[in-house]
Amino acid sequence: MSRLIRRGLRWRRPYSSVAASDIDHFKTILPPHAILSTLSPSTLPASELDPYNNDWMGKYHGRATTVLKPKTTQQVSDIVRWCASRDIAIVPQGGNTGLVGGSVPLRDELVVSLASMNTVRSFDSVSGILVADAGCVLQSLTDYVAPHNHIMPIDLGAKGSCHIGGNVATNAGGLRLLRYGSLHGSVLGLEVVLPDGTILDQLTSLRKDNTGYDLKQLFIGAEGTLGIITGVSILTPPSPQASNNVILALPHFDNVQPLYRTVKRQLSEILSAFEFIDRTAYDLAVKHGQGRALSEEDVQGAACFVLVETSGGRREHDEEKLTDLLTNLLEADTPLINTGVLSQNPAQFSSLWALREGVTEAVSKEGKAYKYDISIPLASFKTVVDTTREHLRSKGLLGEHAVKHVLGYGHVGDGNLHLNIVAAAYAQEIQDALEPFVYELVASYRGSVSAEHGIGAMKTHALHYSKNDVSIEWMKKIKALFDPKGIMNPGKVLE
Amino acid sequence: MRPSAARLLNILVPVKRAVDYAVKIRVNPQQTGIDLNVKHSMNPFDEIAVEEAVRLRERLKDAVQSIKVVTIGPPKAAETLRTALAMGADAAIHVELPDTAPAPEPLGVAKALRALVQKQNEEAEEGGKIDLVILGKQAIDDDAGQTGQMLAGLLGWGQATFASKVDVDPATNEAVVMREIDGGSEEIRCRLPLVVTTDLRLNEPRYASLPNIMKAKKKPLQKLAPADLGVDFTPLLETLKVTEPPTRVGGGKVANVDELVAKLKEAGFTAV
Repeated sequence: MSRLIRRGLRWRRPYSSVAASDIDHFKTILPPHAILSTLSPSTLPASELDPYNNDWMGKYHGRATTVLKPKTTQQVSDIVRWCASRDIAIVPQGGNTGLVGGSVPLRDELVVSLASMNTVRSFDSVSGILVADAGCVLQSLTDYVAPHNHIMPIDLGAKGSCHIGGNVATNAGGLRLLRYGSLHGSVLGLEVVLPDGTILDQLTSLRKDNTGYDLKQLFIGAEGTLGIITGVSILTPPSPQASNNVILALPHFDNVQPLYRTVKRQLSEILSAFEFIDRTAYDLAVKHGQGRALSEEDVQGAACFVLVETSGGRREHDEEKLTDLLTNLLEADTPLINTGVLSQNPAQFSSLWALREGVTEAVSKEGKAYKYDISIPLASFKTVVDTTREHLRSKGLLGEHAVKHVLGYGHVGDGNLHLNIVAAAYAQEIQDALEPFVYELVASYRGSVSAEHGIGAMKTHALHYSKNDVSIEWMKKIKALFDPKGIMNPGKVLE
Repeated sequence: MRPSAARLLNILVPVKRAVDYAVKIRVNPQQTGIDLNVKHSMNPFDEIAVEEAVRLRERLKDAVQSIKVVTIGPPKAAETLRTALAMGADAAIHVELPDTAPAPEPLGVAKALRALVQKQNEEAEEGGKIDLVILGKQAIDDDAGQTGQMLAGLLGWGQATFASKVDVDPATNEAVVMREIDGGSEEIRCRLPLVVTTDLRLNEPRYASLPNIMKAKKKPLQKLAPADLGVDFTPLLETLKVTEPPTRVGGGKVANVDELVAKLKEAGFTAV
C-alpha cells in the first residue's frame, strides 16, 4: 500500500498537459502526418495511440493525448525547447520493447517517437564505425552492415522492433555481451537533445578520445531521463565466418563454474556465449515446443544445461578447438558433464539456441511470470533460485494453486541470472512474498536488481538495493543539473 | 529350433554433401555456377534416410546387421560421413573426387552406387548382402530427384519413393511403405531387395550426441576412387549459364480507382 501511495505522489511538480495551442505550435515544426493527437479539433480515435501508450507486455498504460514523430534532430530540438518553456513532460520512445515500463507515459506526457528518424548516416567498412539515426531498427542495421561483413555488437530477442537509440538509452545487454562487451564500450559517440532543447553533438567516430569528461556515458542507460538520443556512433565488429554451438548436460550445478573456467581457457577467443538453463527451464522450453528436445538418454540425470557458442574466423580451427574441449570434457577422470549434443548444421544450431531463447516464451505460455533480471556472483545462481523457492514454500505459495515453477536461466558469462517465478495468476500475496525478499537477497550478494533490463518505472523503488545513498544522491544531482524542470521522462529511474 | 533363414538386413545409405539450406545462394561472377565457399551440410533428405536406418535398427534390433553410409564427393564430404556415423551408422565409404571435379550427375551417381552394391554383394558372405538402400528423394542443391529411381532401375530392384513411413519385416522379406502422393498417401507392399527414397515427414533426425561423435571418429571409413568402381563421372549435360532470378520490382501506390484502371490498361490487362 505504501508503495502505491509513493507511486501516486511521485510527481511533486505540476506539469502542463499538452493543449490545442501546443499542437498549433508543433504544426510550425512538423508536417501534419508527424503529429498524432486526439485533442480537439482532431478526430483521431484514442485507440490510434494505444501502441504508444501501452508497453508490449500490457503492464503499463499511459494516457498521452499527443505523439510527435520528428524526422530531424533540429525538429526534436524545437519540440523540446517548446516543451521546456511550457513545462510539458516528455517521454522519448523508441521501439517500445522495454520490460520495465521505461518507454511509456505514466500520465499524459507528450510522447516523442523516434521512429521516423531511421536513416543510416554513414558506415566506414574499414573501421567498422556506423553512424545512424536513433530510430533505426536494430535488425535493419544488422542487415545494413552484413554485406560489408560486419555485425552489430548487440543482439537481443526484440531485434525486429527495438531501436538503436533505445538500446543505447537503456544500455541493453543481450546475447553478444560476453563477446563484444557492453554499449559503454562499443558506443563511440552520441548526439543528444538536452532537456532545454540544446543539441549536444558528441557524434565522433574516434576509437580513442581522452579529452575530458566522457559525457556520452551519462546518457547510456539513463533511459531518456537526461535527454533524447537522436544519433548514435557505434563500433561494429567483423562478422564471424563460422559459428558452432553445443548443449552440455550437467549432473549438478556445482559443475557450472569449473566448466566455465575450462571452456574459457580452452576456447579462449572463439567463445561467444555461455548460457545457463536449469532443468525446470529446460523442461518448460521443451513442453512448449521451443526447439527440438534432446533424447531421453541425453537428458537423463541432468540437473542443468549449458549452451556454449563459438564464433571465429576459420571453421576448421574452431572445430578442432571445440572437439579437443569436448574430448577432454568427456574423457576426464571425473567428468564435469554427463553428455551433450553438438549441432551438425545451421538448422540444429538454431534449434539448440531456441531451447535457450525460447524459455522466455515458454514461461509466458505456462502462466503469469514474475521476472527478476539480476546480477549476482555465478556461484550463487542455484542458491538464489532454491532460496526463493523455499521461501515461497514456507509461505504456502508453492503448488498448482499459486506458484507453479521457480526457475533460473541466463548469461553465466555476464553473471546475469533471470530468476522467473511462474504463477497460475498474478496475486498480491505472491508479490508481497517476492518483494522485497528477492531484492534483499540480491543486495546480500552485493548484486544488481537490474542487470540488463533497466529501472524504468517498475524498479525505481528498488534502486536503493543496488545503489547506496551517496550514489543515488549524485544521480539526483546530475538529473537536476541536466533537467532542472524535470520534464524528461519523469517517474523513471529516479523516484 | 531356430527359425530357418532368419534374414539379416544390411542397409546402405547414400548421402550427399550440399550447400546448407539456410545459406543465401549467390551466383558466381562468371555465371557458371554458384558460390560454393559457404556452409555445407548433409542433404536434409539424406539425413532423414540415415535417421530411418538407425530407427530400423532400434526397432528390429539384431535383425539389422549393418548400416553403411556412402558419399561421392570432394575430400570435405568426409565430414558428412562422420555426421552419419555419429548418428548411428556403422561404417562409411567415401568415393573421393578431386575438389576441381564437376558435380556428378544422377545417372553417374546411380551407376556408381550400383557398382558399389554389386561389389559389396559379390564380396559378402551369405547374410551380408545389401538388400535395402535408403536415400533422400532429392538433393536440395540440384533438385534432380532421380538417383533413387535410376538406381532401382539399374539394379532391377523394387522401389518405394517419397516414403513417409517404412516398416520392414525381415522374416517375410517384405516392406510396407507409406508414400506421399498428390492429395494424400499410398501404402505399398514391396519385396526386398528394395530402394526407398525418403520424404520430409518420415522422421525428424536426431542430434549427434557427444559420446557418439567421439565413437564415430573410431568407426571405419573406407576411401575409394571412381576407378575402383569402374565408373566415370564426366557430366553428360552442359551448363550454359547460371543467373539470378529477376529482382522483384516494388509496387506503387495509386490515388484513386481511375488511376488504378489506367495503370492496369497500361500493363496490358483488359476487362474480359
